[in-house]
Amino acid sequence: MIEVFELVKSFDDNQVLKGVSTTFEKGDTSMIIGSSGSGKTVLLKCLLGLFEPDSGDICYDGRHYSKMSTKEKRNLRKEIGMVFQGGALFDSETIQSNIMFPLKMFSDQSQEEMLDRVNFVLKRVNLENVNNKFPAEISGGMQKRVAIARAIVMNPKYLFCDEPNSGLDPQTAIVIDNLIQEITDEYEMITIINSHDMNSVMEIGEKIIFLKDGLKAWEGSYKTIFKTDNKAVTDFVYSSNLYKKVRETYIKENS
Amino acid sequence: MLGQVFKRPQKKSIFWESLFKEIEELGTKSLGIVAFISFFVGGVVAIQTALNVDSPLIPKYLIGFATKRSIILEFSPTFMSIILAGKVGSYITSSIGTMRVTEQIDALEVMGVNALNYLVFPKVIAAVLFYPFIVLTAMFLGIFGGWVSGFATGLFTSDQYIVGIRMDFDPHLIRYAITKTMVFAFVIATIPSYYGFYVKGGSLEVGKASTKAVVWTSIVIIVLNYFLTQMMLG
Repeated sequence: MIEVFELVKSFDDNQVLKGVSTTFEKGDTSMIIGSSGSGKTVLLKCLLGLFEPDSGDICYDGRHYSKMSTKEKRNLRKEIGMVFQGGALFDSETIQSNIMFPLKMFSDQSQEEMLDRVNFVLKRVNLENVNNKFPAEISGGMQKRVAIARAIVMNPKYLFCDEPNSGLDPQTAIVIDNLIQEITDEYEMITIINSHDMNSVMEIGEKIIFLKDGLKAWEGSYKTIFKTDNKAVTDFVYSSNLYKKVRETYIKENS
Repeated sequence: MLGQVFKRPQKKSIFWESLFKEIEELGTKSLGIVAFISFFVGGVVAIQTALNVDSPLIPKYLIGFATKRSIILEFSPTFMSIILAGKVGSYITSSIGTMRVTEQIDALEVMGVNALNYLVFPKVIAAVLFYPFIVLTAMFLGIFGGWVSGFATGLFTSDQYIVGIRMDFDPHLIRYAITKTMVFAFVIATIPSYYGFYVKGGSLEVGKASTKAVVWTSIVIIVLNYFLTQMMLG
């Protein structure tokens, strides 16, 4: 379990996170949503250890981040897999080298074992025969799948995804969503997704945290988001006519 | 930054792999331009010296002597370093800067990799170890270029030039040139890495950072050249 306690983070005079507290459970796919500038990315980067919070703490399965030494923090990162918005694949390396990199860096496996593992995770994300291609030679959806493969190659305990569906067509976005959820269930990970994509939120958001102006304005799941009367959430989630109609239908059917 | 750069590499095999890659990128790929410039500048230095030494009282072998000294003391270590600051410095800033703006450095850090050590340390070691070799090559080709120019223009004979370059050989000058080169190599690897690693924004900012890195690397080389010369020869 990841527990977040009263997290505060500022940049110069701009306080982006104003005391966010929440928990993320093992085996759950959690979504952080909110409008631009609400603090989603900053919260995710604090959880990843890329930003040091000004105050508050994060507890990873009982280990308090604020009490960790630099070495412990670096070791913690080996338990983290991250899928970046743009993929963040090493563009001068082949797909195989990209996925093999964490194994080469942190494991003592032989080349053969590493190659087996790379092929296994590539197969797991439904990609084959791309080992020797470069990131620029494959599609955006395939790049996202490679990024997922690289994120899970070390069997992480925690998987973080920043806008995994951005720039993807609706069909591919669903494939990526389902893949993330399947992997989360299969490996019993804690998966935290930062997303704007309401389809994803409704499909796989077992836990949803809504941020507004650096504060947690609402917390629930894809089941409860239809019922909530929280104005900030309804204004954000049901801003389009399509979602308004979906919500009305849901309420009618369940009343 | 330097504290993180000079830590023990997390995995030796990866460090060696990166080191040889950087020797190729920063070193061997620069040999062509260094050889080309050195050969022709050596020729020009010899011709200009010959044209300016028109007094019958000044022996012709001084052309070889002056060419050798100019090339060993200044042209090869300092001006080759400035040329390398332009070529290699912009490559380092743009490659690391692009990795920064496309979140590749964040990806390394999230994996638990010391990104500064992984990206910068092999560059520093490759430059400091390989640039003296490049500068020695530049010295040889510069002096050779001077000899060829005499041959081509007829301003001095081969014998006169060879007597000049063999005259009053001082090994301390080579030590001075190599020491300068190693210091400049360190500057060429670190300043552009700093600008690339801490760039913020997009491709335009990476371009601006590359320009700044080349300018500051050149300035630092020129200033250090002054102090090193005063310390070692003054």
